[in-house]
Amino acid sequence: MKKLINAPEDVLIESLRGVQAAHPELRVDFDNRVIYRGTPKADGKVALISGGGSGHEPLHGGFVGLGMLDAACAGEVFTSPTPDQMQAATLEVNRGAGVLHIVKNYTGDVMNFEMAAELAAADGVEVATVVTDDDVAVQDSTWTAGRRGVGVTVLLEKIVGAAAEEGRDLAAVKAVAEKVEAGGRSMGMALTSCTVPAAGKPTFDLPDDQMEIGIGIHGEPGRHRVPLAPASEIAEQLVEPILADLDFTGAPAIVMLNGMGGSPLIELYLMYGEVARILEAKGVQVARSLVGNYITSLDMAGCSVTLLRADDELLGLWDAPVSTPGLRWGL
Amino acid sequence: MSDTLTIDRLIEWLRAFDAEIAQQRSWLTELDSAIGDADHGANMARGMDAVVAKLDAGHPETVDELFKAVGMTLVGSVGGASGPLYGTFFLRMGMAAGAVPSLDGAALAAALRAGLDGIVARGKAEAGDKTMFDALAPGLDALDAALASGSSLADAARAAADAALAGRDATESLVARKGRASYLGERSAGHLDPGAASSAIMLETLAGTVSRT
Repeated sequence: MKKLINAPEDVLIESLRGVQAAHPELRVDFDNRVIYRGTPKADGKVALISGGGSGHEPLHGGFVGLGMLDAACAGEVFTSPTPDQMQAATLEVNRGAGVLHIVKNYTGDVMNFEMAAELAAADGVEVATVVTDDDVAVQDSTWTAGRRGVGVTVLLEKIVGAAAEEGRDLAAVKAVAEKVEAGGRSMGMALTSCTVPAAGKPTFDLPDDQMEIGIGIHGEPGRHRVPLAPASEIAEQLVEPILADLDFTGAPAIVMLNGMGGSPLIELYLMYGEVARILEAKGVQVARSLVGNYITSLDMAGCSVTLLRADDELLGLWDAPVSTPGLRWGL
Repeated sequence: MSDTLTIDRLIEWLRAFDAEIAQQRSWLTELDSAIGDADHGANMARGMDAVVAKLDAGHPETVDELFKAVGMTLVGSVGGASGPLYGTFFLRMGMAAGAVPSLDGAALAAALRAGLDGIVARGKAEAGDKTMFDALAPGLDALDAALASGSSLADAARAAADAALAGRDATESLVARKGRASYLGERSAGHLDPGAASSAIMLETLAGTVSRT
């Protein structure tokens, strides 16, 4: 294992120290491992918190700031944070208008946020929850844990953050979140596995001439292992299952080409070109795009594609000002 | 050999569970690498180390307070799915046990059963989903059956550990329907479930503790 670390067990806390050093506009609670805005939003506005295992940076801590999250709870690498962290964050950010929990659909995250919502409710804070589950690689079935929450979480935190900033109430903010969640679909692939610092070796073996299609964001193997192919074919393998799952014609789309952490931007832009070409051929009207590393899987090489079926309301919220370490525009 | 578990013996069990988790940490993580996210060993070790650290600093005198402290510590230190599941297990055990200084076989079995019910309520797992339930449920069934037929607590705990081990082994051929392994579909078959493995360790260390005079 070659990593820029001191000791595997100190990675999270030392990374949070770096976040605080680099971003004086944020406030890091090192005991609870929560990243807050340095200046809380005004009273009477709905607050947003999210959180999850670490290793997906900039998600979630990099999306704390004006126009997005009020707080992000950091778990150990690929491990959900705990209810006491989430409860502390919920009580801290509540401005009297309630708190929306944004939860990616993983068994651990869902159960921990559930316990946190119970604790916060006992403390008199109104909590609403949206669970993202946009990964079309996973068969949606009542017999399984359901689809994973992946790329749409980034788009949701941006769009819903703007709605909360406008002063909409908790029910209205939750309704926007559900609209984004319903209209988003993602599919990812890996060229390499990733190495969890505490494990010290790659999570799975992937020969040089093969790739995994349908991976998540935790180094879990995908659904299919197939021979390595040119980017144009990989793009087809990512976009086609998305378009087969939801009709993206007849509405403006927001498209994210996301890097998994170990692929350079030159490849991500090349891939975006391939994706854009396919979408045009399929009659999908791309209104906004985002290319870069936004929801990563440590040092995994590969990418994911997220499509969001939008409308004027969602595009307006997308374009609203945002100022976070991970996304910044309109100011 | 006594058929009653005092607070001290229960703490002995928790310490033995912690020590065995530390021993098996790499193996549990290896199991989790195959079908999950490679963190089960590290998470359980962190959680049980926190439990032992808390017990080192002093411990309650009643079973309900002991297990409540264990449960809250696990919920607050493990994370992932295992935190709420193991945490809920011990919290429910404590609620069922009540403010007593010791547990006899029947009370232990009832507390463990309440813990398992808590896991089902939290995780919504059923038999054959390839989860910790598949080790714990046969284990507790064997415990109940042995106690009902008049076995000593030591023999009953041994039967529970053996059944849990068999249940753990039977998860190998199952296709996961809960947790992260379920994302793999058919590819999850052919591997032991890490949660079932740590659950079997829990009942194995219980049997070991009970059998020591």
